[in-house]
Amino acid sequence: MPFPTSEPPHVVAPLTVSRVMRLVIYALAPTIALHVVFFGPGLLIQICLGIITALAAEALALRVRRKSVRQYLLDGSAVITAVLIALCLPPLAPWWLIVSGTAFAILLAKHAFGGLGMNPFNPAMVGYAVLLVSFPAQLLQWLPPQVAELERVEISLFHTVTTILTGSLPAHLTWDAITSATPLDALRTNLRMGMTMQEAHASPIFGGLGGRGWEWINLATLVGGVWLLAMRIIRWQIPVAMLGALALCAGVMYAIDPGVYAGPVFHLTSGASMLGAFFIATDPVSAATSDRGRLIYAAGIGVMTYIIRTWGGYPDGVAFAVLLMNFSVPLIDRYTIPRIYGHAERP
Amino acid sequence: MIATVGAHGGLRLEGHKERSTETPIALAPPPECAILPLDQHAGMRAEPVVKVGERVMLGQPIARPQGEISAWLHASISGRVATIEPRPAAHRAGDSTLSIVIESDGRDERWPAHTSMQDFRERDPIVVLEHIARAGIVGLGGAAFPAATKLMGALRSKDCTLLLNGAECEPYISCDEMLMRERAHDIVLGAEAIAHAIGASQCVVAIEEGSSLAEATLREAVSRASAGSIRVAIVPNVYPAGGERQLIATLFGREVPFAGLPTDIGIVCQNVGTAAAVAKWIQDAQPLVSRIVTVTGDGVRRPRNLEARIGTPFSQLIAACDGYTERMHQLLMGGTMMGIALPSDDVSVVKATNCIIAASALDLQPRAAEMPCIRCGNCSEVCPARLLPQQIHLNARASDLEGLERYGLMDCIECGCCDYVCPSQIPLVERFRAAKPELAKHLMARSNARDARLRYETRNERLERLEAEQRQKLEEKRRQARTRSP
Repeated sequence: MPFPTSEPPHVVAPLTVSRVMRLVIYALAPTIALHVVFFGPGLLIQICLGIITALAAEALALRVRRKSVRQYLLDGSAVITAVLIALCLPPLAPWWLIVSGTAFAILLAKHAFGGLGMNPFNPAMVGYAVLLVSFPAQLLQWLPPQVAELERVEISLFHTVTTILTGSLPAHLTWDAITSATPLDALRTNLRMGMTMQEAHASPIFGGLGGRGWEWINLATLVGGVWLLAMRIIRWQIPVAMLGALALCAGVMYAIDPGVYAGPVFHLTSGASMLGAFFIATDPVSAATSDRGRLIYAAGIGVMTYIIRTWGGYPDGVAFAVLLMNFSVPLIDRYTIPRIYGHAERP
Repeated sequence: MIATVGAHGGLRLEGHKERSTETPIALAPPPECAILPLDQHAGMRAEPVVKVGERVMLGQPIARPQGEISAWLHASISGRVATIEPRPAAHRAGDSTLSIVIESDGRDERWPAHTSMQDFRERDPIVVLEHIARAGIVGLGGAAFPAATKLMGALRSKDCTLLLNGAECEPYISCDEMLMRERAHDIVLGAEAIAHAIGASQCVVAIEEGSSLAEATLREAVSRASAGSIRVAIVPNVYPAGGERQLIATLFGREVPFAGLPTDIGIVCQNVGTAAAVAKWIQDAQPLVSRIVTVTGDGVRRPRNLEARIGTPFSQLIAACDGYTERMHQLLMGGTMMGIALPSDDVSVVKATNCIIAASALDLQPRAAEMPCIRCGNCSEVCPARLLPQQIHLNARASDLEGLERYGLMDCIECGCCDYVCPSQIPLVERFRAAKPELAKHLMARSNARDARLRYETRNERLERLEAEQRQKLEEKRRQARTRSP
C-alpha cells in the first residue's frame, strides 16, 4: 500500500501569522477600554472607520497585485495597522483623517513595498506621521480626560458620531472650549514659556505619575504588553531596551536639572511610551532581526523619543523615532549577525 | 545536576515514548529474505565479496569496505545469495540502491570464523581497534558513520574523552532508552573496550532527564565497572540536545569547530547502541547483524521495541507488532522532526534504522498555507547553530550565494526547529536543503579558483626567481671576465 510522502519536519507548532496578529489585537483591549473610559466612545468609531478602510485598501491592493485575497485579507495585519493609527488620533478627529492615514499606510507603506513582511517602515507610523505633518492642527484637538479633577466634557455617542462624520461640533460646543493639550504638549509649552517644572506641573491635568488619564492608559498598555511577553508573541529585548533608554535619558537629564526636565516616570507613563515599546517598535517586519540588533534598535528609539520630546518640534516623538530607527535596520542587521556555532568570530 | 553549559535554542517537544516502552525489547523473527544495501553506512559503498548463488552463514562478511570511510557488511541470516541488484532502500527514501539479497535456509547457522576478544584489557590498543573495525559497526544513532573510522580519528589527539550518547534526539524514538534499561552492562563493557582502544582516560554517558529507569540501571552498571572513570551526566530534555555537536556544547560548554570533528577538541562521541554492539563483538564474536528498532505511532497496533536483523523488511516488523491500525496514514523512518517519509513498507531495516513510525493524523501536524516571513525571529531563537534562519530564507529566495555563505547556510544541521516554530509555516529546512548544493558548488569553484591563482602566482614567482638568479650569474661571469681581460 502506498503512503503519502512529505519533507521533514513532519510536525509543526500550531502557530500562524493570523494567530499572532489576533493575540496582539486582544492585548490592546485594556488600552482601548481605558481610552474609552477617559476620552469617550470616539476611539471606537475611529477604529471601525480604520478597519473598514484598512480592509478595503488591503483587498484593493491584493487584487491589483494578483494575490490571494482570501489568504491575506484576514491575516490581521491590516487590522492592527488601523487600530494603532486610531489610537494615535484625537477621539473626535474628522473621518477623513483616519481614512486617509490608514489608506496611505496600507497602500503605500505596506503594499507598494511588497505587502506583508516586506515593508521597511512601520505602516501605522508612516500613516500617522503623514497626518501629523499634513494636518498638525487637527491632531492637537485632544479632549481633557474624564476625571473628577478636571472639567467634564459630556458628548453623547450621537454627537460623537456626527462630529467625526461632519467635522463640526454640535451647536452648543466650540473646539476652543472642549479641547485640551495632552500632558506632554502642555509641559512642553509651559516650559517654553519660561515656567519652572513645578509651576508647569501645577496644572490639574498632571497626575501622580504622568498626565491624568494618560498614566492609566499607559499602565493598561503595560499590562497588555506583559501578557504578550508571557504568551511569547514578543520578546523582552525591544520593550526593555526602548523603555530603559528612555528612562535613562530622562533620569540623567532630570538629575542634572530637575527644574527643567521631567523625570523618568513621567516619560514612561506619558504619550505613546508603552504603546511604542510593546506594540509599535515590536512590529517584527520593520524591526532589527537578531537579539543584539533589537536591543540597539529599540534603545535608539528610546533615545530618539526623548530627544524629540525634549528638544524637537513635536510633543511626542515615538512615531518619528520608530521611523528613524527603521531606516537604520539594514545597517544594524548587517553588524549584529550572531556568532555561529563552531565559528570563532561573528560573520 | 543537569548540564546546560553552552546550549543554544532547541525545543521542548512531547516525547511520545511511553507507548513503545511499556513492554521489554522483543526479538523479531529472522526474515525469510534479507535485503542488505551496500551503502547503508556513511562514506564509500562496500564491495561484495560473495557471488550470487553462494551459501552464506549468519555473521559471514559479505561486503568489504572501500576507501577510508566505509564499513564491513555481514550476512544477517544463513542461506543463499539470491541476487545482487538495486532494491528500494529506506535510507534512500524508497529509491533503489545496490543490495545483496539473501534467501534464508531457516537454519540460522553461525559463521564459525569470528573470534571474541574478552581479554581486550591485556591487548595492545591498536589491536583492539583493528578488531573492532572488522565488526561492521557504524554509529547506531542514525548517522551510520563507520565507528572504527571515528575512533581512528581519536588517536590523533593525545587524551580523548569518550562521550556515549544516550540522549535520544527526537520524539518517539526509544531504542536507546530501552537498551539502557535492559542492557546497561553491555554499554559499559563496550565503553571500556572503546576507551581502551583509543586510550581515553575519561568516559561520560549522557542521558536525558526524566528517563529514571534507564538512569538507575545505567548508574548501577557503571558502579560495577572495573574502571572507575565512567560518569553519568544528565542533559535537559530539549530537542536536539542529543545531536552530537549540541550534546558537546551542552555538557562541556565547548564547540566543535566548523568543518572540524569532535576529535579536534579531544572528544569522540558514540551512541550507546554502538557501544553495546562493540560489546557483543568483543564478548560473543557477533558482528553487527541486528539492532534495536522502535516501532511506534498511532498507526500500529502494538508499539514496542524489537531487536531486528539488519535486512528485515519493514512490513515484517509491522506484522510483528500486530499490523497497522485503520488510522495508519504515513510511514516514517526516524523521528518526526528529521525522519524520512517512505512511500512503501517494502524496504528493509538498515544499520541506521532506529525507529519506524506508523503515523496517524494524530501523530502529525501538517502545515497551514505558507505566508510571507514576518521576521518574527522565532526561528533564530530556537536555532541550535545560532543561525538567523529568516535571513538565510531571504537570501535563498534571492539566490544570493554570498549572503547564504555569510549567514551560515552550511552550518545548518537541518534539525527542523525553525520550521516547527515558524508562524508563517514556511518549509525552511526543505528550502535550505535545496539551496545547499548550489552554495557548495559555488564555494568549491571559488576555492578551486583560489588554488589556481595560488599555483599561477607561485609559478610566476619561481620563474622570476630563476630569471634573477640567471641574471646574477651572468653578471658575475661578466665581472669575472672583465677583471681577467685587462
